[in-house]
Amino acid sequence: MLPAAVLLVTFTHFPTAATLYHSFFSTAKPTRPSVWVGLDNYRSMAEDPVFWQVLGNNIWYALATIPLSIVLAILMAIWVNGKIPGRGLLRLSFFTPTVLPMIAVANIWLFFYTPGYGLLEQITRLFGLPSHNWLGSRSTALPCLIVVTVWKEAGFFMIFYLAALQSMSPSLHEAATLMGAGRWYFFRRVTFPLLMPTTLFVLVNAVINSFRLVDHIIVMTKGGPDNATSLLLYYIYDVGFKFWDAGYAAALTLVLLVVLAAFALGQFLVLERRVHYQ
Amino acid sequence: MRTRALETAGAWLLGFLWALPLAYAVWTAFHPAAFSTHFVPTAPLTMENFAKAWAAAPFARYFLNTILLVTMILAAQLVLCTLAAYAFARFDFRGRDVAFMLVLVQLMIMPDVLIVENYRTMSRLGILDTLTAIGLPYMASAFGIFLLRQTFKTVPKELDEAARVEGAGALEVLWKVYVPLARPVYVAYALVSVSYHWNNFLWPLIVTNSVNSRPLTVGLQIFSSGDQGVDWSIITAATLMTSGPLLIAFLLFQRQFVQSFMRAGIR
Repeated sequence: MLPAAVLLVTFTHFPTAATLYHSFFSTAKPTRPSVWVGLDNYRSMAEDPVFWQVLGNNIWYALATIPLSIVLAILMAIWVNGKIPGRGLLRLSFFTPTVLPMIAVANIWLFFYTPGYGLLEQITRLFGLPSHNWLGSRSTALPCLIVVTVWKEAGFFMIFYLAALQSMSPSLHEAATLMGAGRWYFFRRVTFPLLMPTTLFVLVNAVINSFRLVDHIIVMTKGGPDNATSLLLYYIYDVGFKFWDAGYAAALTLVLLVVLAAFALGQFLVLERRVHYQ
Repeated sequence: MRTRALETAGAWLLGFLWALPLAYAVWTAFHPAAFSTHFVPTAPLTMENFAKAWAAAPFARYFLNTILLVTMILAAQLVLCTLAAYAFARFDFRGRDVAFMLVLVQLMIMPDVLIVENYRTMSRLGILDTLTAIGLPYMASAFGIFLLRQTFKTVPKELDEAARVEGAGALEVLWKVYVPLARPVYVAYALVSVSYHWNNFLWPLIVTNSVNSRPLTVGLQIFSSGDQGVDWSIITAATLMTSGPLLIAFLLFQRQFVQSFMRAGIR
């Protein structure tokens, strides 16, 4: 009990508080030590166009990856739960990305997107489309990363939906069939509401992941071009460990912590009441 | 019937898309570089890419590091989380609920997010660039404590009391009654933890800077972003090699993996 408490405090609570504390200090330089600067770090953040761009990127990234991966996960779960030919193979194919390291996966996708001879280019060429640098242009780089994330996560979320579907009573389906309910109607009125607790769980995970997972950015784009694919945590990494600006990095981390805390609160206050428990 | 067929086709299309990147990587890794973008069924198979990748970077050392790291984290997690979960599940002490809420904070604010401060702590402890530094922030896992607490709570109190009547101490009860009953949960947790830390990247990237402490993921990144030119055959071979053990374990124990992830998710 005690060792666990010590480690938790050292690596979760203390750093959280220290982040707040250090965000009020300037970064130590060889010529002058770190001094109290009050809200200066936050002021420069408000004036930092990159910060706003990164925040915007992260919001778009979250808004795209979360619903897409959840919808696909439900669809996959319903498919592999039903009687579909080749069910085992499909399950395998959907779930495999989950056990692969994100960094390895990112390497493979990088190859996939390579201009000139990557697989994607080969396919688009078949249709006579012009060559396009998918990761190198501002408009397509972020969507490309979103695709990778959805590909990686949908199978993981599918597992939870599959577990929930398997625990649903088959008599519900029989009853609905007797009453002549269509499949879509059945899904909308019975399956989906019963999946609500799972959706909540998956949603929380998806939100955390969309702010936590930046491995593929380091491999594929390094935040570029022109910060078009930089996410909040990646920017923190950049500021903290490339420019060694610890004070500013602390201020940025605090923003990230506030975002996560807001989601945690929202989850408890709003969603908990609406979720339908059996 | 027609919608059924359409749906099957859709499912297969999606399954095909999902398998495509991996299939592509396998193709490239097992064929000579000349065939890496030409898909001819008669292309000769080769293991040479793997040999080249293995020789080009100290992958043996990286493998050893990752295995040591994953084992160390898992061992520490099992001990710490078991003790903490037992305390939360079965003992009444002042401030228990507050303490438990504080533990749960880590579910939202994971160590990955606090890289800047944790780096500061590690450098103050003087253990930068060691395996311990990579593992330490993850050892007291809120997720593990939570999972085991829920499991221990389902153990009937009568069993606990019976063991105590026979004269067993608290730790003995834990070891003889609770731990054996929670075995499937331990297996599930272990699989999730091992695959998480095998794959973890950002934090190890930050705290390590030498071959002696780098895990596979960081080694792979340095290898593939180095001066290898763009020899994709070798890079994909290295990529497959690093994820190989986990992938093979997954293919062999598919059912256990899926069930473990399910069990870990239902909470």
